[in-house]
Amino acid sequence: PWFLEVFKARILPQLSPVLSPQASCIQHRLVVRDASSLQILQLYTCLDQIQYIEWSSDSLFILCAMYKRGIVQVWSLEQPDWHCKIDEGSAGLVASCWSPDGRHILNTTEFHLRITVWSLCTKSVSYIKYPKACQQGMAFTKDGRYMAVAERRDCKDFISIFVCNNWQLLRHFDTETQDLFGIEWAPNGCVLAAWDTCLEYKVLLYSLDGRLLSSYRAYEWPLGVKGIAWSPSSQFLAIGSFDEKVRILNHVTWKKITEFDHPATISSKKTIVYKEVEKSPTVDTERLTFPPTRALASSLFSTQSKYDISQVPVSLQYIKPVADRANPKVGVGMLAFSADNCFLATKNDNIPNAVWIWDIRKLKLSVVLEQLCTIQAFQWDPCQPRLAVCTGSSRVYLWSPAGCVVVQVPGEGDFQITSISWHCSGDSMLLLSKENFCVCYLEREERKGVKTCCPV
Amino acid sequence: MGDWKAITVPLLSSGSKNIFPYTSERKRSPTSMNSQVLRLSLPSPKNMYNFFGAFCTEENLEQSISYIDRELTTMGFPSIYAEPKGKELNLVCIINCMNELLVLQHKNLRAQEEVEIQHLKLGSDMDHLQNCYAKLKVQKLQNIISSRATQYNHDMKRKEREYNKLRERLHQLVMNKKDKKLAMEVLNYVGRADGKRGAWRTDKTEARNEEEMYKVLLSDYEQRQKQLLLENAELKKVLQQMKKDIISLLPPQKQKPKERSEDGLVLSDQEEDIGELNKENMWELSCETVREQLTNSIRKQWRMLKNHVEKLDNQVSRGHSGAWNEKDVISREDHELETGKLELEIQQCKEMIKTQQQLLQQQLTCDDDTTLLLQDCYLLEERERLQEEWRLFREQKKNFEKERKSFTEAAIRLGLERKAFEEDRGAWLKHQFLSMTADCKPENTTASAFLRSSDPDIRLVKSASRQRRLPSVLSPAVSPEPFQISQYIAQNSVASEKPAADNMPNLWVEGDDKEETEECTKSWEDSGVGPLFRNLHMEQLP
Repeated sequence: PWFLEVFKARILPQLSPVLSPQASCIQHRLVVRDASSLQILQLYTCLDQIQYIEWSSDSLFILCAMYKRGIVQVWSLEQPDWHCKIDEGSAGLVASCWSPDGRHILNTTEFHLRITVWSLCTKSVSYIKYPKACQQGMAFTKDGRYMAVAERRDCKDFISIFVCNNWQLLRHFDTETQDLFGIEWAPNGCVLAAWDTCLEYKVLLYSLDGRLLSSYRAYEWPLGVKGIAWSPSSQFLAIGSFDEKVRILNHVTWKKITEFDHPATISSKKTIVYKEVEKSPTVDTERLTFPPTRALASSLFSTQSKYDISQVPVSLQYIKPVADRANPKVGVGMLAFSADNCFLATKNDNIPNAVWIWDIRKLKLSVVLEQLCTIQAFQWDPCQPRLAVCTGSSRVYLWSPAGCVVVQVPGEGDFQITSISWHCSGDSMLLLSKENFCVCYLEREERKGVKTCCPV
Repeated sequence: MGDWKAITVPLLSSGSKNIFPYTSERKRSPTSMNSQVLRLSLPSPKNMYNFFGAFCTEENLEQSISYIDRELTTMGFPSIYAEPKGKELNLVCIINCMNELLVLQHKNLRAQEEVEIQHLKLGSDMDHLQNCYAKLKVQKLQNIISSRATQYNHDMKRKEREYNKLRERLHQLVMNKKDKKLAMEVLNYVGRADGKRGAWRTDKTEARNEEEMYKVLLSDYEQRQKQLLLENAELKKVLQQMKKDIISLLPPQKQKPKERSEDGLVLSDQEEDIGELNKENMWELSCETVREQLTNSIRKQWRMLKNHVEKLDNQVSRGHSGAWNEKDVISREDHELETGKLELEIQQCKEMIKTQQQLLQQQLTCDDDTTLLLQDCYLLEERERLQEEWRLFREQKKNFEKERKSFTEAAIRLGLERKAFEEDRGAWLKHQFLSMTADCKPENTTASAFLRSSDPDIRLVKSASRQRRLPSVLSPAVSPEPFQISQYIAQNSVASEKPAADNMPNLWVEGDDKEETEECTKSWEDSGVGPLFRNLHMEQLP
């Protein structure tokens, strides 16, 4: 595996949905590079510091949102001279995103007063009033046909479904929630899951035409839902909650078929536990040169690590949550299905160093990855059952049913990976730290050959 | 006077209850006795001698009697002495005292029993109350939580209304304050992603949207239904298969009078039905009755199979015990033979295991360090080999580079020389022509041009060989001119079409000149170029 220098870039580099370009921004400049060679293709300058960038679905445009100024600028890749500026004025801006057709921009104004839909094709502007200020208040179906928006009027929650084609309101109905926390479409676009604030465990399932299909409540008083995940086939809905369990509902009856517990001690003989251990760096005495090259110096002082298989029963590091704080670090907050529906990866926030991988075909715990540091993020490969995990160190960890491997980002030691973003082809992934990013290329074969390239 | 001593009496027999040691004072209140369970038991007749022997013996008779008397009088009984200071004992009095003591004992036992019962009752009451208390506490807390929750919700709603009012006001202000600047400026409008024009929003479009939505939902449901149907059909097939298998497993006797008592008729009916159902395509029927029939029939068959298996088990075990006596003698002999054989086998296996273990141990005796070292050794070997090869490779590469360089230089030189030669040749021919026309003397120079060189053949051969074999190193020792000329001629003759300089990039080997020349003479002559050259030679000599 070979890496070049880690790139100094500011927030939110994103790999475009289509193969080639890749955009990142530094301060108020937007840099577009080719995804395979990381050569700079275009450079745009915006009016202010960029807080958020997003590619349009067809990769022809990029929007750059500057929340402080309340401005969104849109750039075209085909015609670098084309420009577009949307100014929300005194309404302010807190969020901005593309519509699925790549020709409309939805801006959420400050205090969630309204959502403005700007069209790049016509002069028309649409408004959505009373949007709800919650974590996931807007959801598009996978085929981009419908959009669901959470609203709140007169202290009651509603959901509006719009047709993205012409922004016509399709359905508007109220939900039986205390304080709607989030909504998410099933991948088949026919069922919408809505869940309540963590003070109430309630998950509601609505059909596309607004009918309530089912309502699920596991228990009453303790803190409720922390996060949900749909399986890619829409067959299962996984609900992670504060009681350290994941409950799986099936799409036929919407009843629980199983629950996965996350105890601190793993005793099942069939579970494989991979533990990350540090290994002292090997020094190749032949290659020592004077003065030492930077790569050599960094490799000498950076810690390497590898995986060992721990013998079951294994006791994981457990953190007792502080009782009197809001949003305690307890419960299953991160969960994700693999692209082939066979695995579910979860993280229990009070066992912060472990990733649990469940086999969905057998409905059993298959693997536990125990890392040295707290798990920051994990993401499944969009094409095959391969999971990339990062823990804030300069290493990215890959797991697949064939095994798992530690990949070290060479270069200066302090590249702390905080998030991962896979390319849609599964061939490369972006590794992001606070100030830098790096692109990791993976070879086609299932083997752990990894080639990574960080732009200089 | 009387003091309660701690009496520890050993366990007398299994039948008697335990006697616990206790100490008490006379002033102890009776209620506190409840907490101590005091059980005295009567000694069994076996140990009576020991028991009684422990207190009073032949020697201390008088002391024991006086002690007893003291105790009795303290307890309120009359003295057992006939006279106050005498030594004779009043037997009647003694018997009476004993009787009184017995009565007292009975009363105490009864009281104790009652106390125990009450104790148990109180204990269970305590548990019950504690449970109730816990439940009540939980309920109370839940009530508290719910009341707090409702209060909280109410307060939140109030705050939210206030917040909404503020937002409305803000919204009004923001909307009123019409910004002069355009909210959106764009260079030119972009076409839609699908290339079509945008449509107006009308009722028709609304209706169409509804239609689309229902289509989407319907298609999803249809797909799911298809999947479920398929699954159902497969499961039904499996069930059918299972049923057939079970029926085939069951021996045909099972359908005899044994079962006919109760559900024989039902069975036969069922069989008919089953036959019918098997004939039809059952997996196409999905009504309740068919499904029920199938599952019921499978359950029945399965039960029958279970019974059958159980009966077989019984038979086998009965068979074992029943036939034991008959085959006792024979089987024992066989059994012993078998055991002997097995023991031998076991011995052999054990020995084998031991030897194998030893071998393994030997293999693994090197500890981690040595194994690591060994591994490292192999790796080192590999590495060194690799380095050697790398070195060779690098050297060869260098040589190749050198040769290529010199080859290209030679080619360039060759080109230049060719040019020069052409000119010379032209001049020479001219000269020749002139000299021929002038006088017919054969020119020695020309001849010598070919014959002059000290080792003409060899040199020619050399050059030829070099042309053919080596692209690179040209020996600088050879005198340039004749060499060049000869080279040129050789070139022309040897490589008729091929220009020598360009087409031999792959020839590497830097052989020995002598060897080459030897080989080359042969090959060169063999190639038939020799005579050509000689012809040329001949031609040019007038």
